[in-house]
Amino acid sequence: MTSILKNRLFWPAAILVVLLAVNVFTSNQFITIRDGHLFGTLIDILRGSAPLILVALGMTLVIATGGIDLSVGSVMAISGAVACLLISDLGDQNAVGPVLLIIAASIGISVLFGLWNGALVAIVGIQPIIATLILMVAGRGVAQLITDGQIINVQSGPYATIASGFLLAVPVAFLIAVAAVALIVLLTRRTALGLLLESVGGSPTASRLAGIGAKRITVMVYMVAGGFAGLAGLIYSANIKSADSISAGNLIELDAILAVVIGGTALIGGRFSIAGTVLGAILIQTLGVTVVAVGVPAQATLLFKAIVVVALCLSQSPAFREKVFGRLKPRPALRAEVAQ
Amino acid sequence: MTTTDTPPAAGATSAASLNPRRRTFKPNTRHIPVLATLVLLALMYGGGIANYEKFGQPSVFVNLFRDNAVLLVVAVGMTFVIITGGIDLSVGAVISLTTTLTATLLQGGWPPLVVLVLVLLLGSLIGAGQGAVIHFFKVEPFIATLAGLFLARGLALFINQSSIPIRDETWKAISQYRIPLADGVVTKPIALIAIAAVLIAAAVLAWTRFGRNVYAIGGNADSALLMGLPVGRTRIAVYTLSGFCAALGGVLFSINSTSGWALQGSGLELDAIAACVIGGVLLTGGSGYVFGALLGVLVTGLIQTIINFQGDLNPAWTRIIVGVLLFGFIVMQRLVTRRAK
Amino acid sequence: MAEQSPVLEMTGIRKVFPGVVALDGVDFRLYPGEIHALMGENGAGKSTLIKVLTGVYDIDGGDITLAGAPVRINGPLQAQQAGISTVYQEVNLCTNLSVAENIFIGREPRRFGRIQWGLMRRRAAELLARLDLDLDVSAPLSTYSLAIQQMVAIARAVDISARVLILDEPTSSLDTSEVAQLFAVMRRLKDEGVAILFVSHFLDQIYEVSDRLTVLRNGQLIGEYRTAALPQVQLVEKMIGKELAVLSDVEDEAQSSREKAAEASPVIEARGLGRSGAIAPFDLTIHAGEVVGLAGLLGSGRTELARLLFGADRADQGELSIDGRPVTLRSPQLAMKKGIAFSSENRRTEGIIGDLSVRENIILALQASRGWTRPIPRRRQDEIVEKYIKALQIRPADPERPVRNLSGGNQQKVLLARWLITEPRLLIIDEPTRGIDVGAKAEIQKLVAELSGGGMAVLFVSAELEEVLRLSHKIEVLRDRRLVEELENTDGVDADRIMQTIASGATS
Repeated sequence: MTSILKNRLFWPAAILVVLLAVNVFTSNQFITIRDGHLFGTLIDILRGSAPLILVALGMTLVIATGGIDLSVGSVMAISGAVACLLISDLGDQNAVGPVLLIIAASIGISVLFGLWNGALVAIVGIQPIIATLILMVAGRGVAQLITDGQIINVQSGPYATIASGFLLAVPVAFLIAVAAVALIVLLTRRTALGLLLESVGGSPTASRLAGIGAKRITVMVYMVAGGFAGLAGLIYSANIKSADSISAGNLIELDAILAVVIGGTALIGGRFSIAGTVLGAILIQTLGVTVVAVGVPAQATLLFKAIVVVALCLSQSPAFREKVFGRLKPRPALRAEVAQ
Repeated sequence: MTTTDTPPAAGATSAASLNPRRRTFKPNTRHIPVLATLVLLALMYGGGIANYEKFGQPSVFVNLFRDNAVLLVVAVGMTFVIITGGIDLSVGAVISLTTTLTATLLQGGWPPLVVLVLVLLLGSLIGAGQGAVIHFFKVEPFIATLAGLFLARGLALFINQSSIPIRDETWKAISQYRIPLADGVVTKPIALIAIAAVLIAAAVLAWTRFGRNVYAIGGNADSALLMGLPVGRTRIAVYTLSGFCAALGGVLFSINSTSGWALQGSGLELDAIAACVIGGVLLTGGSGYVFGALLGVLVTGLIQTIINFQGDLNPAWTRIIVGVLLFGFIVMQRLVTRRAK
Repeated sequence: MAEQSPVLEMTGIRKVFPGVVALDGVDFRLYPGEIHALMGENGAGKSTLIKVLTGVYDIDGGDITLAGAPVRINGPLQAQQAGISTVYQEVNLCTNLSVAENIFIGREPRRFGRIQWGLMRRRAAELLARLDLDLDVSAPLSTYSLAIQQMVAIARAVDISARVLILDEPTSSLDTSEVAQLFAVMRRLKDEGVAILFVSHFLDQIYEVSDRLTVLRNGQLIGEYRTAALPQVQLVEKMIGKELAVLSDVEDEAQSSREKAAEASPVIEARGLGRSGAIAPFDLTIHAGEVVGLAGLLGSGRTELARLLFGADRADQGELSIDGRPVTLRSPQLAMKKGIAFSSENRRTEGIIGDLSVRENIILALQASRGWTRPIPRRRQDEIVEKYIKALQIRPADPERPVRNLSGGNQQKVLLARWLITEPRLLIIDEPTRGIDVGAKAEIQKLVAELSGGGMAVLFVSAELEEVLRLSHKIEVLRDRRLVEELENTDGVDADRIMQTIASGATS
């Protein structure tokens, strides 16, 4: 089992190593310690990938059930807007207690949006891609409404900490992502949730006949995805110390789906890999950083991404493998040699 | 098959046991969503006239076509794709690519006509490529066109990241040309092009084999294959058409703004999909009309207009109202299809 | 008819799939102006033969001649052009299009590339009138019943090529009056000289409408008969055949537990339970330690009955009580809480989850009943799984192998293990021995006998009479979606007796 996992993640991991190696040479500080904190390109990458890791984690669970969540970007915008609005109303923006309360409230609201998505999918029976499209469209409007079309700036130390703070020399944002990964791994592998998810995604009919309450599980998964998107939105807005409801989480759903697919989780649902998703998310972030570091315009990242998506999807498509590699089939011995 | 114009057998009355005419007099279920949108549009328009002084002026309505010409053209292509049961996420990015490329080439002194043909071809080619990947390699339309989105926008940003002004005379001339419709009512050429696209597309859908095959594939692709219809060819053609429409939309965009910018049209795919759904085009495929997509575009455009007239309303309401309408129409579609089964 | 030459003649048809000979030297003849029934149980080779005729499969041996000329059929389109049209049980039309379009799509009358709708509608109406149908041809097909949709499919097929028409189980989801309509159309076409190949699982229908019939069994031709000259009992016998007893000790075991079962209290009792369109209301009582066999042909309602008892489908009439207390089984989850387990006949689509490992598949139902918050500790999982892999001799004995890589018989054992570890009081198993090798079959039969000996109630569904007879204490005979008779499995009951019931309906 572990060997299969290694194989599947081999190429993404190899690409990541190569990209990091490039960074070692191009950046003047890959990793160093300054003022008791870790600094450098590697730390930037880890900190910067936190929101994507969070969103992709939720997306992984949703995709494992055979669904998809397009609304994560909008939920990010909403949660950032809610938090910044409430914090800007505080008498003392640096009071830790109220800020924590506001963070909890923002995540709670995001979970409710997830509940809405889940209910549309599991109870009303709308295709996931369509059901979450509604919130994707309306959500950003809601965020703009909350901020009244303005960019709300906040000057809250505690709030900024979740994005740019350090704890034991490590960026807080990265620690949050690590905690989230640990939580999801615990939730899926220490309870039976992972098994039931994979079962529902693998075959809804067989799962029903095995007595699995697929509806409840599906709703729950969308709620988790909503909550994590909300948390990601907070990190994003804390990083820029303001709520920008237009660019917060813009197109992140596509990156998250890409991270999941790179991580070896199939879009049709079933088996999923948390480790793969995390690897995928870090890879995407590193790709962006590296492209800039090498001196290529930042925007060309999209071109690289397109190539990665095309290559990955084609390699996942049985029809493609059959058409392109089908001719090799009669001579399996030859192929084995080539593989080695 | 020669024409044998014999009238229907008049005496062919069926036996008592054969009484399949079970239809009662109710509106065709396929028309309910479109009718609902039409009613909604009329209500909104009426409400606007009742509440705002100058809302009833013909120019308000005529300007809807001018302001939404790009969306209209894109929605036309999207309608074809959605009727086959697919989706095209790449249209907004194809618009970016088209405007950027158009502006760059015109700046480089290429002849306008050559530029026009070239960008339209490129859009079609991107669409055809997506269609081929979807059909031959059985990649989901969502993913294939997502890759197309990255590719097209990536190319656009690669060409130029900043806004490029267009100083070409032809483009400027078209941009500044006004067509008088009535006293004090004028429109732009791009509006007429958009309307022409709607008319041509509607005719193709209703009166050609290609159009009917599009519906057949959306209804049941397996059946269509067994009935001997050219499923693969039609599917690729549909994405090609959508790519062409997006490129045309990009050209209209560049004419309207006399500039090209790689971030133009971002998110437009969502607006187009939303307009189609509000216009009664079933996202599960097999049902919908170009006329419906037109109504959907007009509804979203009218929301914008009303919010403009209101003045003190946050423009964000547009998205929220569109979202609410989406929700309403999707649930309605769900109910209609559920009852049909 | 005898002096006519056949329009379609297939001789020595052979079709081999990896590991299976699906058709072995089968001959088949179809004359113009006849309705010819193709008969056989599951795996007999009917659908393979039809797929050969429609060009879905290429043949590995034999000849096909159409109107005297040899043909090679390469695909559905080519079959259509050669004059062979097929209408399937699942109507292969586009219900979102109008009736007229469904008949003419791909062949619409055009002028300058523009479809002539008026002409098309007129022609469609004419064509339907020929079949005695009066429809609004511009209405979407979805507004009509399945029966009408089927007839529209026939109209299309006939209009394209009117020589050979294959009707593959067209009646399975039609009610009585709709079947009558369909038969009227079939007879009319027959009179026009069309050769019709008809597949149905309803014996009454075969006798009502067909002129001749061909029986297949295990990929081999059993014979070609005049329907009127072949008594129903003989037909059933030819379809089912008689399998030699593989295991006599199973029978002994079953016998010994028989007395015990009769005294035990009923586990489940159904009174007038039914679901319209699936199974007519029936009464059924199953006691602890009792094996109840369901016998009947494919499509007789065996599976439908079993699904009602598990809540997989909801009953729309009648009552069900478990341990004397009335219950409504709204979902499989509820049924499981009441101690009922159900292993579906569709192993691949409704049973195993191919991606998951043997271990995960085995613990799935038990885990589902515990809920996600109370996982079964890994060590206990391994213990359970190891125990059952050993007990049921699941091969390969690797709990972490994806279950899709196992053979059919071993997948079936995994499914049995899944349900056995939930310690059900009533185990419903639908066709557990279909498509698996003889050794695994015997093991599963033995297991069933042992389980009932241990006090478990078992509802055993199988197409093989010998198997049902060997294992069951009580046999419920189904025919045409109706439970027609309940037989105590005493010495007087044998395969002939059951076949007679299947063939003739309720006995006197």
